[in-house]
Amino acid sequence: MADSDHLLTTTQMAQFAARGVLEFPAIVPANINAAYLDLLEDEGTPAVPAGTRLSCAYSEESPIRAFVEAPQIQGVIRSLVGEDPLVDHHFSHVAYSPATMKARGFSRPQDSQHWHQDSTIDTRQAFDIQLMWYPHDVTREMGGTRYLPGSHLRIVSEAAIGRYQNIAGQRHVVCPAGTVLALHHGLWHGGGANRGEADRYMFKLRLNPRAPQVRLWDTRDLDARHGPQQPIFHITTPQANDDLASILLEHQPWYEADTGRLELINRIRFWRYLSGDDRFDADYWLSRIENQPGRRVETAG
Amino acid sequence: MTRQKVLVLWLADSALDSGVVAWSQWDGTGERRHIAGDEEQAPYANGVMALRDGWRLFQVSPLAPHYPGAETQTSYLKYEFWFEKLVEVPEG
Repeated sequence: MADSDHLLTTTQMAQFAARGVLEFPAIVPANINAAYLDLLEDEGTPAVPAGTRLSCAYSEESPIRAFVEAPQIQGVIRSLVGEDPLVDHHFSHVAYSPATMKARGFSRPQDSQHWHQDSTIDTRQAFDIQLMWYPHDVTREMGGTRYLPGSHLRIVSEAAIGRYQNIAGQRHVVCPAGTVLALHHGLWHGGGANRGEADRYMFKLRLNPRAPQVRLWDTRDLDARHGPQQPIFHITTPQANDDLASILLEHQPWYEADTGRLELINRIRFWRYLSGDDRFDADYWLSRIENQPGRRVETAG
Repeated sequence: MTRQKVLVLWLADSALDSGVVAWSQWDGTGERRHIAGDEEQAPYANGVMALRDGWRLFQVSPLAPHYPGAETQTSYLKYEFWFEKLVEVPEG
C-alpha cells in the first residue's frame, strides 16, 4: 500500500494528460534492477493469466513483485489506474546488439521497430497504463524506446502508423538504470535500433483499472491550480507555467495547425474525466463550441 | 536502368509551402536504408523546398468532410504529400 507522499502531483497528472507519458529517472533501486536481470538469465519472467489482480500476479520472491511494490511505483500505479489494478500482460523486450545479431547468424543488425500504438483501436475514455522499466543504463547508441509526446489521444489502428519514419518532436529514451516510463496506452512508440555493444532490455507491464480514474492523485492543490479563461491568441510574458491551462495546452511540434487545436479540446475532455469536473475548461476551448443559443454559457472556476 | 526514390512529407496544413511535421524516405536504388527514428531533422523545411531540389510531386491527400459525431477526433497525419525521383543506376 502506498502512502500519499508517493502519489503523483497535480502538475504530473496534467503533464500526463497533455503528453501521455511521465518519466521517472532511476526510480527503481539497484538491487531490484539486478535481480530482474538475473531472473532473465535464469528462468525468465513467469506467465501471468490476463486479468489477474496485480497483488496476486507475482510470487513473494519475484523481483517483478519488488518492482511493483516499490513505494514510488505504487504511487504512480495508484494515481493512474487505482488500487490493485489488473495485469493485462507483461513482456521482456530485448534489442540485440550488432555483435549478438552476428553471433545468432543474422547478416545485418536489427532494424528499429515501426511506429505503432499497442493493442488495437481503443475508443475508451478510461485508459490503461504501460510501465516501461529499464533495468540498466541506456545510451543513445542502444536504441532506447522512441515515443511521441502528445500522441496518446489519436485513435489509430496499431501499426497503421508504420508509414511514418520520423516525426518532429519524437523522443528516444536515454536513461540511467532503474528508469521507468508510465505511458497512456495510446502513446505512439517503437523500439530503437541497437547500435551499441551490449543488448538492451526493457520490462513492459500493462495494467487495467478496476474503477473510474477520478481524482486518484494527490489533489490537495487542485482547486488552487485553476486559472482564468484566457482569450485565444493571448500572450503571456513570462509564461504562466504552473496553472492547469498552461500545462494542458502545451504545444507539440508535430501537430498540424488545425488538429493541434483538436488535441487541446480532447485533452480538456480527458481532464474532465480525470478530475470528475464536467464543467472544466482551459482557455475557453470547450465553452466556445458547447455554447448554443438559448442556453447559458457555463464556465469553470 | 531506372530506379525510384520516394519521399513522403506530412505538412502542417494542406498547402505545399507549409512546414514539415513528419517525413519518410524509401530508396529503390539500394544506396541507403532509411528506418524509423533515424533522423531528427527533416530533409526540407516545407514541400516547395523538395520541389526545388528536384523531387516530383505525384500524390496529395484529399480534403475529406468530417464524419458526423467524430469531428474533433484526431487520428492519422492529415496532409500527406508523395514525391519521387527517378534515378539511373548501372545494370546488374
